[in-house]
Amino acid sequence: MAEAVDLRVVGTTPVRPDGVDKVTGRAQFGADLNMPNMLHGRILRSPHAHARIKRVDLSKALAMQGVYAAVSGADFPMLASGEVSGEAGGDLADIARNVMARDKALYHGHAVAAVAATSLEVAEQALDAIEVDYEVLPPVLDVLEAMAADATLLDEQCFTKGLSETPDKPSNIAAMVKLARGDLEAGFAAADVVVEGEYRIPMAHQGYIEPHACTATVNEEGKATVWCCTQGHFDFRTMTAHILGCKIADLKFIASEIGGGFGGKTVVYLEPVAVMLSKKAGRPVKLVMTREEVFRATGPTSGSVVRVKVGARKDGRITAAKAWLAYEAGGLAGAPVGPGVMSIFAPYDLDNFLVEGYEVLVNKPKVAAYRAPGAPQSMHAMEVALDDIARQLDMDPLDLRLRNAADEGTQAPYGPKFPPIGFKACIEAAKKHPNYLAQVPEGAGRGVAAGFWFNIGMQSSAEVRINEDGSVVVMEGNPDIGGSRASMCLMAAETLGVPYEQVKTYVGDTESTGYCMVTGGSRTTFATGMAVVRACEDIIAECKARAAATWGVDKDQVEWQDGTAVPAPGVNADVNPLSLADLAASASATGGPILGKASLNAQGAGASFSINFADLKVDKETGAVEVLSYTAIQDAGKAIHPAYVEGQMQGGAAQGIGWALNEEYIYDQDGVMENAGFLDYRMPVASDLPMIDTEIVEVPNPSHPYGVRGVGETPIVAPLGVAANAVRDAIGIRINDLPMSPPRILAALDAA
Amino acid sequence: MARVVFPEHLLRHTGGQRELELFVDNYRELLAVLEERWPGIRGPLNKSAVAIDGQIYQGAFLEPVHADSEVFFMARIEGG
Repeated sequence: MAEAVDLRVVGTTPVRPDGVDKVTGRAQFGADLNMPNMLHGRILRSPHAHARIKRVDLSKALAMQGVYAAVSGADFPMLASGEVSGEAGGDLADIARNVMARDKALYHGHAVAAVAATSLEVAEQALDAIEVDYEVLPPVLDVLEAMAADATLLDEQCFTKGLSETPDKPSNIAAMVKLARGDLEAGFAAADVVVEGEYRIPMAHQGYIEPHACTATVNEEGKATVWCCTQGHFDFRTMTAHILGCKIADLKFIASEIGGGFGGKTVVYLEPVAVMLSKKAGRPVKLVMTREEVFRATGPTSGSVVRVKVGARKDGRITAAKAWLAYEAGGLAGAPVGPGVMSIFAPYDLDNFLVEGYEVLVNKPKVAAYRAPGAPQSMHAMEVALDDIARQLDMDPLDLRLRNAADEGTQAPYGPKFPPIGFKACIEAAKKHPNYLAQVPEGAGRGVAAGFWFNIGMQSSAEVRINEDGSVVVMEGNPDIGGSRASMCLMAAETLGVPYEQVKTYVGDTESTGYCMVTGGSRTTFATGMAVVRACEDIIAECKARAAATWGVDKDQVEWQDGTAVPAPGVNADVNPLSLADLAASASATGGPILGKASLNAQGAGASFSINFADLKVDKETGAVEVLSYTAIQDAGKAIHPAYVEGQMQGGAAQGIGWALNEEYIYDQDGVMENAGFLDYRMPVASDLPMIDTEIVEVPNPSHPYGVRGVGETPIVAPLGVAANAVRDAIGIRINDLPMSPPRILAALDAA
Repeated sequence: MARVVFPEHLLRHTGGQRELELFVDNYRELLAVLEERWPGIRGPLNKSAVAIDGQIYQGAFLEPVHADSEVFFMARIEGG
């Protein structure tokens, strides 16, 4: 890894290359593409949360003037169970059934048919003409009731995975995950204090500002081009090919700019439908979701029930920890209970623990990834329990965490020993932070909590091309959500030894660049960044070879310094250094255009830990919570572009605070979401929050050329516990369930 | 000998055996040995992540496994 003192460009904060187009409205987002003869599609959605679909009749819709195509589940092939290429969402057969229901509607809003017509108005009228016979079934809405032996089944073929023996009977429990170590009984026996509690968190949506949108056109040869907002157009192509039963080579996917995803745009909803409609209609078809559809039919994250019991000695050392997790999957499997189980105790060095997690089908939307999927729900419970222990021991909550903090060599709860990690460094930074040293304002409460995410690497590709004037083009395939173009430019400029302004990064479509897995999992700067660095090293090797040929020396006698080929020390050559521009200008004579490329399956993503703390004030008359200050401290490994790392930390904090204080899916008894809009689904707006203070800790990841860990997931984890602990501190009452909305806080105050 | 540890969800494929020790040179060899011992385990292992000496691999292939290595199979990680 490069030493920090050597870095010229990495760690600076230039303006992102896509910024001007985005603030001036020129950038093209998912719904912005229009084509000649384009049709408008709409999707018919189930009015029932749970119903058997007995008949779908499209004939009256198809007979309407202006209607060019209509499809239902019968138009899509049935898939056998298989694995998703990439991440997010579980089994491909389940994703296919989520895209278009077959025999059953599994949640209110589940797609059951679609039409394409000359206008949205005609398309809406055509939806009204579609006849669907439903056999309405009782909805299963509560995760604990869904687990009962006599619960109504969503899927008669659901046999719990993860058990030592396949169960005899189906159930709504799709999977069980378990981790254990040591002697739990002895651990609790050694404890001086034991705390326990049950914590409930409702479903919450990612809340990206841009609704899902795509346009598809299929030509006479059956080849399709799809423009869409996505976190990963390569994986969208793969999923669509499987769902439609066509060849990957017959699909070209072009990613638009994206107005947020946070995990929710790692899985297809519209794209296979748009392709099928276009194929039938012989015209381009555009599908754009309304905000209401986004809420009702795209992936929120799991609602959960988590039970935790933790024991500790008087000196703060945890002696035992036990947890039980039940996560809602929605109507189809795919809940992130595995990461929830693996992350709940991850920040701590524990000798004795047991954690069991259950993934449970309920008649709600199929969940999708949301920042650090599964970790906020489970870690909230553990961080609240630690706060209770700190109170009982009269111990500073940071000292309690430091006493138990995982470090390099600690055996992680999920198995391996940690390589170098920065959790202790984050705690130490918090202890010294002026916001922590400051007095808690009068009437307010302070909360502390930790965050964690594994981070991932996986497959990425990059090409680097040198233009005739020595300017640099980076081509890669990860949609830019959080400023990744700027980070790629910085790493390329650093590696090549050229100014940032000399490099431009482009996100290619599925036919113009090599495979890149989704932008998610905090992987892009790590994995695709690694591919960009390798491709630049390829360029440097090529440039050194060409300089050697030009000078008539061996290529080992050439070095690369500050973007220039120079003779190695001691080489007796009376030559002028050759810059990238010099080498590009003479490229036709020395072998043609200069091109570097790399493809890799990046390994060694480094876990990222955080400590957050905040001062919150509760209005005891209204129950409203005011965030007075919020401080996020996180180990980034190395911040390639510190301003965008801070942006990730601030954005994650805002989302986590929203989830803790107000956001929730509210259902009526029939399983109909009652707040499917931003007026009633209350996310924080700018005026709700103070500026989130940040401190970036840098404990380099030895597996990345510049030490990157990935930062996007971890920031959402800690805020739930921070808010819960701060409210407890402010009003003296522990509220176990989220969100701590005004009615819930008032009820707690009244009950006290 | 390298120590190989299986998580709960793989125990049905190992007859309940939680860990074992063996000599192999790399991950490919390890998979072959495990498949020979427990036919059919290769599929579930290929869907798992593996940590070798603390380094997590979502798709290991020829990574070296040393005599003193610790190998942990684990669920694959996703992300948002």
